[in-house]
Parts: sequence; C-alpha cells; structure tokens
Amino acid sequence: MRIKQVSVFVENQPGRLEAILKVLEDKGVSIRALSVSDTAEFGIVRMILPDAEFGLEVLREAGFTTRIDWILSAHIPNVPGGLLNSVVRPLADAGINLKYFYAYIEQPAEDKAMVLLKTDDLEKAEEVLKSL
Amino acid sequence: MIRDPEHEKMPRKDLEQLQLERLQAKVRVVYEKVPFYRQAFKEKGVTPDDIQTLSDLTKLPFTSKLDFRDNYPFGLMAVPHDQVVRIHSSSGTTGKPIIAPYTQGDIDTWSEIMARTLAAGGATKDDVIQNAYGYGLFTGGLGFHYGAERLGASVIPTSGGNTKRQILLLQDLETTVITCTPSYALILDETAKDMGIDLRDTKLRLGFMGAEPWSEQMRGDIEERLGILAINIYGLTEIIGPGVSVECPYKCGMHIAEDHFLVEVINPETGEQLPYGEEGELVITTLTKEAQPVIRFRTKDIVSLNPEPCDCGRTLVRMSRVTGRSDDMLIVRGVNVFPSQIESVLLAIEGVEPHYMIVVDRQHVFKSDELEIWVEVSEEVFSDEMLKMENLEQRLREEMDSVLGISAHIKLVEPKTIARTEGKAKRVVDRSEL
Repeated sequence: MRIKQVSVFVENQPGRLEAILKVLEDKGVSIRALSVSDTAEFGIVRMILPDAEFGLEVLREAGFTTRIDWILSAHIPNVPGGLLNSVVRPLADAGINLKYFYAYIEQPAEDKAMVLLKTDDLEKAEEVLKSL
Repeated sequence: MIRDPEHEKMPRKDLEQLQLERLQAKVRVVYEKVPFYRQAFKEKGVTPDDIQTLSDLTKLPFTSKLDFRDNYPFGLMAVPHDQVVRIHSSSGTTGKPIIAPYTQGDIDTWSEIMARTLAAGGATKDDVIQNAYGYGLFTGGLGFHYGAERLGASVIPTSGGNTKRQILLLQDLETTVITCTPSYALILDETAKDMGIDLRDTKLRLGFMGAEPWSEQMRGDIEERLGILAINIYGLTEIIGPGVSVECPYKCGMHIAEDHFLVEVINPETGEQLPYGEEGELVITTLTKEAQPVIRFRTKDIVSLNPEPCDCGRTLVRMSRVTGRSDDMLIVRGVNVFPSQIESVLLAIEGVEPHYMIVVDRQHVFKSDELEIWVEVSEEVFSDEMLKMENLEQRLREEMDSVLGISAHIKLVEPKTIARTEGKAKRVVDRSEL
C-alpha cells in the first residue's frame, strides 16, 4: 500500500542526526521506520512517522530542509527468500527499477517484516505487489 | 524623475567646463591645506598650475585606501576641526577604520545628491521610505535619511535588524520604498514568508539597493519576490557615502553625479587611464567635498563607463554594475574568481537558494589552489533520491567549472548554515574561521 515518507537533508557531521531525532522526541513523535543514505558530505534521512504532515511541520520549523513523498510499503514473510520472492523478483520481472528500499521487522509479529520502497513507477509497482 | 535638470541634463561641454573649474579649485585647496597631498604632488613633480584641462588629471597622484589608514584619523582633512559637523566611519573590518569628516556644506551637498538619487529611481515626496540601512557610523543610514527628508518623503528610520518589526511596520505604515542591502532584501522576504506575509501584497513598489556586490540575476530574484523595482546604487565612505551614482528606471547603468565626482577607469596593474567602455578600476576625484577632498581615489571596484546619453535625458556618464571588487577577488590556480560569478550560476538554477559561501584556505599554502563553494539546499531542490541530489551537485559543479574556468568543490549544506548578515554579506571565509 501507499504510505507517506518524510525525508530530511542532513550534513554528514557529528550531531546532525541527533538534532533531527531530538526535534521529534521533543514533539512526541515516534519513528516507525528509518533509513539513512549518505555520501561523504551529506545524507538523506528517510522516515515513516505516524503523522507525516505533523513530522514535516516540526522539522521544517526547526529549520531543516524536508519533504514528503508517497512510497510503497509491503509485508513480506520473515523467512529466507522472503524479500526476494515477495518484492524484488516480481518487480524485476515487471521491469520496474527500485530506487531505494529499507526494511524492518514488525513487533510483536516477528514472522513478518515490512519493506518500504520507492520505484520508478509507483502505480505499476503497486499493482504488481497487490497481485501477489 | 529628474530633480536637478540644470546639472543632470547639462550639455557635456558645459559640464566639463564646470568640472575643470571645480577640479582646479580643489587641487589648489588640497595642495595648500593637506601636507600629504603637497608631498604626493611634489613626488610627481606637479603643482596646481599644471592642471589646465581635464586630461591633466592623469598628472595627479592616486590616493589609496592605505593612504587613508596611514593618515588616520585626520591627516587628509582640509579644514580646521571646528568646521566639522559630523564624522562617519567605515566598518573597518581590516585594520583601522576609514574616517569621513563632513562640514555643514558637505552635509547639504550630500543631502541634495541623495534627494537626486531617490528621485532618479522614481521616489517622490508622496512616498513612505523605510530606511533599513544601518544608522550610525555607516554612511548608508544617515545618507538616505537626509536625502529622503530633503525630497520631502516620509522616512521611517528603522535601521537594520529586528526583521519582524520591519515587516510589521512595512505593512502597517504602508511603506512604498525600501532602502537596504540586497542580501537584507532577501532576508526580509524570507522572514515575511515565515510570518505568512507575501511582500507582493503590500504597498511596497521600489527599492534602493547597494553597499555590497550583487548580480543582475539577484536583482531579478528580489524584484520578483518583493514585487518591486530594485534600483542599484553606488557609493563609498571615502568619497561621500551613497550618492556617487544611481540608476534611473531604465536600469542601464548608474548615472554618476559628475558635477560632484570626476571619474576615470584605469588598468589596475599599470595605473593607465582606459578609454570609455573598457573594464577597469574606478577612480574618483571629489569636486565639491570640503572637509576631506580626495584626489584620484582608487576604489578597487571593477566597472566600465558609458558616455552615451541615456533615454531618461541625463547627460551624466553611466557606470556599469560593479563586476568585481579586487578585495574580494580570489586568485585560484592563477584564475581570477569573483563571488558575483558564483552567484550568477546559483541563481540560474531553478530552486537553488542564492545563499552561498566560498571557503578558501589561506593558512595552508599547499591547499591554496582549492576552491570550495557551500550552497544551501532549499526544499525546491531537495529530493529523497540520492541520485537526484548527486545530479544537482554535479550540475552545480559543471556550471561553476564552465563559468569560473576552474574546478570547484561543491558542498551542499543545510539551510541557514551560512550566516545571514544584516550589513554586508560575507561571502568569502577562510577555513581557519570555520
């Protein structure tokens, strides 16, 4: 299904990720999933928050460059080959390119994991995953 | 509008005669009253009698910023102290400040020139002028203040800073004209947006901006964001403050108040005078200044002069936008780099904030050929995809390379990383200061 993701631009320096997390803590925002892509000088922090718009607002107020994007979330079985067979191969077979993805194991149902992904074709990827 | 048609539209021949007479008188004054000039004239083997035509100007010695420092505080003054009614000073970021004394006559002249300046850009007595140049030692604040009063407009002397109050007053007092530095105009816009106010919805229609280098793209950006006509102004503490030159609404160069300032452009290396149209260092001689007249002051500002009559009817020579300041000029791997070039690249890329900083390394000689440019990432250009961010970085790098002629390291930084200054923007920073 579609889900809103909040991204934040961050300089690759000690204390910058901490500053983002501190803003969210102060405003009582919990983080459901998080990934960081980085280069030597900057990074992109991507997060799934309970209320994306609120998260965007508090981060923007704190002076961060931030944005919201629609991405996809998919449940996969927490077994060997789960990610491959439930997401990666079906999308590859359909000719859809994955731009990035990250995963986390859902508690308490440890038999399931959740992956969050962005592709070059959101609608088509959504159809492929739904049809499985 | 032309406030003083007699002087602003004076036939060139008459104007040149007026300039010559004023130059001859002024040269005599400094020769008699200022030991520094008497000595400098002697070294050049020239006396006031040698000035028979305007082209004899080249026989006279130059005055540099260093000469002001060496003669600090009153060594260049040509009147007794009791004639001085006001003293301004430059910010003095390097060494001793420049001291600028004024007689009552100087204040009157300056006020009139500033009223002319405001009128040239289109301000009238019916305008409400919010003067956000700093009041105090800096010439910008009081210079515009006196000019606006002379014009008969209503002045709001807000000075710089306290930006939220500036915007409140701008809205509630129905300000029509803003006077401030170009970088402060952008701060005003950012702050207004944070307050949920669009400056285009206010009565603001006109701005007089200068005191720091800015580009044509930055003007377009300010005009669009604030919904105003932005007029470029030019002046220096050593000469009088603002008022040396100003654009008319045709925006095709700044008309120099030539009845008060005699200008030339020289080759900064050889000191040789260059013909009209050629780019070089602007040199100014004051023709009417009483307290501290200046002969052939080397401004370090790189400009060109255009003598063609303007569509506005003025016969005064126009100077180009300052394309560079040799103080700011960086020499990287033997190539001259001006901050204004960097700004033009940033403004040409959609969504990129024109906030940048150049980091140089003057401490470590072995690294001195590295040029690093910090660019703030705005929400318009930020992407959740790393590839797009890397493409942005690459595009900035490529455009900088092609404009500057040397490669620069681009560093994307978080917004507001780069200090906003309410006076002059500091664009070049040494690594040791970070």
